[in-house]
Amino acid sequence: MKVLIFGCGRTGSTLALELVRRGHEVTLIEQNPSALIRLGENHGCNVVLGSGLEEDTLERAGIREADVFFAATRGDNSNLMAAQVARFRFQVPRICIKCADPLRADAYRKLGYVCVTPSLLTAGFMRDWLLGEPSQPIEAYNVLPDTLKI
Amino acid sequence: MYAIVVGGGNVGIQLAKRLLQRGDEVLLLEKDGGSVGRLSAMLGAENVMAGDGCEMAVQKRAGFGRADVVIAVTGEDEDNLVVCQMAKVVWDVDRVLARVNDPDHEPLFAQVGIDNTVSATGIIFSLLEQQVTPDVMLPVGALARGQIEVVEVKLSNRSLAAGQRVRDLVLPPQTNLVWLLRDSQGLMVQGDTMLTPGDTVVALVPRDHSAALHKLFAER
Repeated sequence: MKVLIFGCGRTGSTLALELVRRGHEVTLIEQNPSALIRLGENHGCNVVLGSGLEEDTLERAGIREADVFFAATRGDNSNLMAAQVARFRFQVPRICIKCADPLRADAYRKLGYVCVTPSLLTAGFMRDWLLGEPSQPIEAYNVLPDTLKI
Repeated sequence: MYAIVVGGGNVGIQLAKRLLQRGDEVLLLEKDGGSVGRLSAMLGAENVMAGDGCEMAVQKRAGFGRADVVIAVTGEDEDNLVVCQMAKVVWDVDRVLARVNDPDHEPLFAQVGIDNTVSATGIIFSLLEQQVTPDVMLPVGALARGQIEVVEVKLSNRSLAAGQRVRDLVLPPQTNLVWLLRDSQGLMVQGDTMLTPGDTVVALVPRDHSAALHKLFAER
């Protein structure tokens, strides 16, 4: 698959390296050149310097041929906007968003976006570890708990 | 009317001031707690709140649920987009308005259903464009829903077309020079009409070809 990842932070770089190792063609979009150090040497990813909110940067990164777009920067709003650029301006078939704020993620899930919230996964895993409960499928963790609802 | 303004920069401050002067109920939301004191002194403490307008807890406290309009005017387009979308999706706000800082982002805002956007860069640029090339080509009307433009072009002695007969010009397709004004006198344009500097020509041009026509009359 042709994979486009916006953001070479811990999440983006790990995802990129794991997918390259499985034989996929990965292109990373990252604004900050020093973030690329996370990839190590001979990483096998394509890298485009720039913002995933800019259409010309996305085109340079080959978004028109991409099978999937991951928005994985540390900025929720940047991720949410980049995902919508990918969907509405380039019709990328599959899109996945990292969204740290569980409430914002919930709102965009209702709009049909796939949003992953790291804090929910971590807290859910920790809870089950402590209580000795068996691990559940990821979807069971990645939902807004009633306790956080507003 | 209850208006929530997100973003306490210059645009947000001026907007909040105007709305208050008009007698509206206004709340200005500013993320940077450090500048809230200054904003409160300007607008009144009851009209300013510290908080990130993208956070649902802040939105609840600010009263997004009863807002008649939410206006997002921060310097970041992604923040303005998310504020407006949350206002619509979560709080069912009828009217949202976003400032778009990068004019390239305007089509996206329209596509996701935020129809009301203001792009300062876009406005300033179009004003500037009119100022920079005030007398080369001015639109005076449109036909066929804007498919055909009626334009007025003025010839300078540096125009490519100056000193040429109309029949010798290589006009863009389906383009017609119909009439010209010379020394306060109107003339029909014909094949052997000689175009001279100072002439003002009225032309019909398909929208897609207006740039080519502009080139013909622009200064070399």
